[in-house]
Amino acid sequence: MEAKPEKASLLARWTSHRAVDAAVVVVTFLIGIAVMTDTYRLGAGWARGGPQSGYFPFRIGAIICIASAAIFARTLVGAHRRNEPFVQWRRLRLVLAILLPTLVYILGIQLLGIYVASALFIAGFMRIAGKYHWVKSALVGIATAAVLFWLFELEFLVPLPKGPLERLLGY
Amino acid sequence: MDQIGLLLHGFSVALTWYNGGMMLVGIMLGVLVGVLPGLGAPNGVAILLPLTFGMPPTSAVIMLSCIYWGALFGGAITSILFNIPGEPSSVATTFDGYPLAQKGRAAEALTSAFTGSFIGALSGILLITFLAPLVARFALEFGPPEFFAVYLLTFCSFIGIGKSRPGKTILSMMLGFGMAAVGMDTMSGQLRLTFGRIELMQGIDFLVVVIGLFGLGEILVTMEEGLQFQGKSARIDPRIIFRTWGRLPRYWMTLARSALIGCWMGITPGGATAASFMGYGLAKKFSREPDKFGTGQMEGVLAPETAAHASGTSALLPMLVLGIPGSATAAVLLGGLMIWGLEPGPLLFVEQKDFVWGLIASMYLGNIAGLIVVLTTVPLFASILRIPFSIIAPMIIVVCAVGAYTVHNNMLDVWFMALFGIVGYFFKKLDYPLAPLVLSLVLGDKAEDAFRQTMLASKGSLAIFWSNWLVGSITAVALVMLLWPLISLLWRGKGDGAAISAPSVSG
Repeated sequence: MEAKPEKASLLARWTSHRAVDAAVVVVTFLIGIAVMTDTYRLGAGWARGGPQSGYFPFRIGAIICIASAAIFARTLVGAHRRNEPFVQWRRLRLVLAILLPTLVYILGIQLLGIYVASALFIAGFMRIAGKYHWVKSALVGIATAAVLFWLFELEFLVPLPKGPLERLLGY
Repeated sequence: MDQIGLLLHGFSVALTWYNGGMMLVGIMLGVLVGVLPGLGAPNGVAILLPLTFGMPPTSAVIMLSCIYWGALFGGAITSILFNIPGEPSSVATTFDGYPLAQKGRAAEALTSAFTGSFIGALSGILLITFLAPLVARFALEFGPPEFFAVYLLTFCSFIGIGKSRPGKTILSMMLGFGMAAVGMDTMSGQLRLTFGRIELMQGIDFLVVVIGLFGLGEILVTMEEGLQFQGKSARIDPRIIFRTWGRLPRYWMTLARSALIGCWMGITPGGATAASFMGYGLAKKFSREPDKFGTGQMEGVLAPETAAHASGTSALLPMLVLGIPGSATAAVLLGGLMIWGLEPGPLLFVEQKDFVWGLIASMYLGNIAGLIVVLTTVPLFASILRIPFSIIAPMIIVVCAVGAYTVHNNMLDVWFMALFGIVGYFFKKLDYPLAPLVLSLVLGDKAEDAFRQTMLASKGSLAIFWSNWLVGSITAVALVMLLWPLISLLWRGKGDGAAISAPSVSG
């Protein structure tokens, strides 16, 4: 029983605003390292004809690392450390409720084409998150896809990704 | 005064049926993206940019800049009626706009916000009309060292003027430069930062980044905050418009002050958001009854809106003249110009007179049209906002996905858009400013070219940035801007540094 609050506080510490702040700059620090190593490989110095192609980005990578380290230091000792949670679980669920369907939707674009995927995405989101009647959800979804199709394929003549349904209909 | 003649010629370019129609379409779309959460001016322009490639460049830029005006007008609608800023630059408008609406004076608040916006925009355009050609003539003398010094000044001003922590501004900016370097190096033809992936060869397109950061990222933040639109009635009676206009002369000092601040903040990349807070802060400071601010003062609506719109408009001056955008939206427009083969910079004023003056003339017309459109269609846009978020949100995401795809007809871009949406969510929550990132992403290659050409000329010596008074003074100002946070820290250590307190908002 006693271990539980401690565990929760540990979790709280690792998900506090400043912990996430620090984690983000760890990632950007690694990005800086990656930029520096790749541009060093290309040559970050001075060739006979002038600066090599890694010259400028190598320095950018270095500044990324320095800035990341400085921000990281602030999260450790700064006066404005923010210990409150980065995001409350109940709010994070709302964010995930749109983010995860979005990722599935993008996968859907690849498999089904953008029109079918968009109709399913809008209808599904309305039905599940908005608790609309499925008929209304389906109508809004299909109507949006139809407007998209009319706008892009027929008006702007910009082809968007298509899937099996469009092939079946001869597009 | 040859500007007048050129401007009149510009009106003849802008005033065709086709361009006029594009203007109206742009304004309507702009107000729409301005009022919808998750769709702001930068990504509204970014999404529509690929669709305008088939249009004549002048018409396309007129439409896209009108989206910008529309969005600036539209941001005020949600601020006043729903207490939710549609754009970061209209946060300060909520302070007095929403209390006015609660008192049943929404129509007055809206009228003064729109009129303030219009006056702000007009001062910005007048500045562009008369100052831009002069600056352009001056800038024709610039060589690579001067251009790099000006780029340096732009980026250092973000650090000096920006509201975010300097470290975060620098990091955000450098990540932009890093992304700009991805792909083929234009000078040597070598592949940089692609890590062996062929997909990265053509680089990371700034449009995809903008749509992700400002579109999906904004939706995620909005979801977390749990938006609910419960607004006031939005009808505007014509009599109230004229009554409000009748009272405006009383506030001429506030208007003039805000317009000045806005123009200054627009030319230096301080941004519309910072300008609106400064406008509000100063109006409060100079007011005879500062205690009443926040309870529904007309001035509290006029001041931030005038400043924001003045800044948003004059941000186009450095973009056109020097190729340096003063705001995120201006950066996107600049990217568009480069895609059309219109290289922004002083030569534009010599070689593309039709385009430049057509655009400037369209700014006058677009803002007049914008004022009329918003005054008459507020109820329509307010009713769009009453559509529940569970319908609007997936639709906005669909629009973002389509926008990201159409940039290069590439599915990978849509995944990048999602990735940058997540990045945008974290950056917004951690107070990273996004505008410097977009700016350095758009300008990265040009800044690098200028730097390398300078280094070639000087054989690697940085002393070239002090070689004559022109480049030397620009570099000096840039360094002051860079060190400004330190200077003001020392300054504040001595006295009581409670200047203008404003909540930090990334613009």
